[in-house]
Amino acid sequence: MPQTLFEKIWDRHVIVRRGANEALLHVDRNFVHEGSFHAFGALAAEGRKVRKPRQTFATADHYVPTRNRAEGMAAVTDPEMRNMLDLFARYTKANGIDNYFGLEHPQQGIVHVIGPELGITQPGLVITCGDSHTSTHGAFGAYAVGIGASQLKQVLATQCLWQKKPKTLRVTVDGAIPAGVTAKDIVLAIIAKIGAAGGTGYAIEFAGAAIRALSMEGRLTVCNMAIEAGARAGMIAPDDKTYAYLAGREFTPRGALWDEALLFWNSLPSDAGASFDREVALDAATLAPMVTWGTSPEEAAAITAAVPDPASGSDADKRAHMAQALLYMELTPGTPLDGIKIHRAFIGTCTNGRIEDLRAAAAVLKGRKSVVPAWVSPGSSAIKRQAEAEGLDKIFIAAGFDWRASGCSSCAATNGDTVPAGERCASTSNRNFEGRQGKGARTHLMSPAMVAAAAVTGRLTDVRKLLS
Amino acid sequence: MQPFTKLSATAAPLDMANIDTDQIIPARFLRKLREPGYEKLAFHDIRYDAEGNDRPDFVLNQAPYRQAKILVAGANFGCGSSREAAVYVLYDFGIRAVIAPSFGDIHYGNELQNGMLPVVLPDAACQKLRQQLHDEPGAQISVDLEAQTVTGPDGAAYGFEIDAGHKERLLKGLDDIELVMRNIEAIEGFEERHHAALPWLA
Repeated sequence: MPQTLFEKIWDRHVIVRRGANEALLHVDRNFVHEGSFHAFGALAAEGRKVRKPRQTFATADHYVPTRNRAEGMAAVTDPEMRNMLDLFARYTKANGIDNYFGLEHPQQGIVHVIGPELGITQPGLVITCGDSHTSTHGAFGAYAVGIGASQLKQVLATQCLWQKKPKTLRVTVDGAIPAGVTAKDIVLAIIAKIGAAGGTGYAIEFAGAAIRALSMEGRLTVCNMAIEAGARAGMIAPDDKTYAYLAGREFTPRGALWDEALLFWNSLPSDAGASFDREVALDAATLAPMVTWGTSPEEAAAITAAVPDPASGSDADKRAHMAQALLYMELTPGTPLDGIKIHRAFIGTCTNGRIEDLRAAAAVLKGRKSVVPAWVSPGSSAIKRQAEAEGLDKIFIAAGFDWRASGCSSCAATNGDTVPAGERCASTSNRNFEGRQGKGARTHLMSPAMVAAAAVTGRLTDVRKLLS
Repeated sequence: MQPFTKLSATAAPLDMANIDTDQIIPARFLRKLREPGYEKLAFHDIRYDAEGNDRPDFVLNQAPYRQAKILVAGANFGCGSSREAAVYVLYDFGIRAVIAPSFGDIHYGNELQNGMLPVVLPDAACQKLRQQLHDEPGAQISVDLEAQTVTGPDGAAYGFEIDAGHKERLLKGLDDIELVMRNIEAIEGFEERHHAALPWLA
């Protein structure tokens, strides 16, 4: 029987079944960050150790400062954050986790950026991490799921995870991607179409010519935000682009093992005729650059549109959310999105902190100046070095951007990189929730090029007007 | 983990879709330890005004609902961040069951891991229950996990689905790690075969 990419990976990782829908899955790769210190603490309290320390990879991202990083731990001024980073370092060491890319490591970076970058993320794997954006790794044709602290403790203690089998949803995006439209716009359009709970209970496979046309960086952006559509996982079939990206990275197989891996990886794409529980289609050619206007990622529209009227919401609960969102965002129905004044601009995160994102923003910023406070936090320390080697840092700095070190920064703002209350931030991050970037902060999600355009005009702006 | 069997308690209506875990506990509190007073962080930024006073319009600040042990919410409750602290603050506030048309997938799992019961009921049923809770503030709802039923203030019963494994673990308060380790022989055998077939992953 023809199988989907998801079904092939799921079946291969079932150790035992329980009931009709549940299975104990083998976990190939587990990622931890300093926010995982709760799970390590609970594990220690139960007198347990990490069962397979070589399969867990650690980095510090959520609480690391993005300034004064040359000072190392001294740059972490908050005692609670310092304590977390210290505890995390001690827990990983005590458990024999040697793959530790901490604050001062040259490969430090956001967990969902360094996984692919180091070749830890590979096709056909089951991957876990105590972070919702773990769906990112699915861009390589892996089944990657975000889990809570208790389930993380379970993975650390056993290298296995009880899981209910999700249903399958294929989102097919065909058509040519217009100029100025990026992976971020595609995924925001998908979420606006199916809703923030549209993917709940599903593993999404993104397919179609427009998805195939995306670079690995773009595919990572799309899968990253699968969780914002409610899906447990986002996946894209591996292809030659995937293999070209992986070749020669630190943790990818070499020599004869590479050939063996390639055979396995090539067997993974969904078979012709494989059936999905649900199908959704989108034509990329009809898309424009997207921005969010509300406080859920589904509250997104083309930059050419206007702030909608809450009365247009599909049901009472959504109308209530829209009304509250407009109150919080201080926006009036009918206001054109293009032209809304912003106060800050932020580029980075596991959604849009990769080299291609920095290049796209720099292309808009070259020869222009930001009129609002703006900053860049590259997705990893390696990307920061690469951008500097390409001279992108000079473009950002000349445009008035603050060139920071790598971390989650203003996405969850847990490290203190907050947006002041009442200010409106054009952001490449993934969530526009109330208070996400700081109490009272207002977030508009968009692509890196769109953030650059907003920075130089001080307003939400259709980037296509700035592209020559 | 405390087992969950049956509960009859005051229920509170949350009339909104997409209540994310950042609303349930803002990120800046995630580095706090779970100690006495932790329940004060629940819904912090929508529950208190800038001076730290209770906002009277927030449902859990209203006298009849303060003792609520059950929430009835809109679709996609607990979407967003995987933070299990969102469950800890709800639990410490006294909430033991949440009824909604759908849940954020990770949050759903986190509730189950902590002895809380997430109940999925159709949108119309959730709306009807919420209307009844507004009409009769302080009204009780009953949840029976064994029978898989919710009984509204008017006595109307609604059946709900829950995975058999999840149900058994909640009813008995079983620990997942113990349940995994009962399969250790199967696990070790699996790992040997898996790594023989895909040796670069060993």
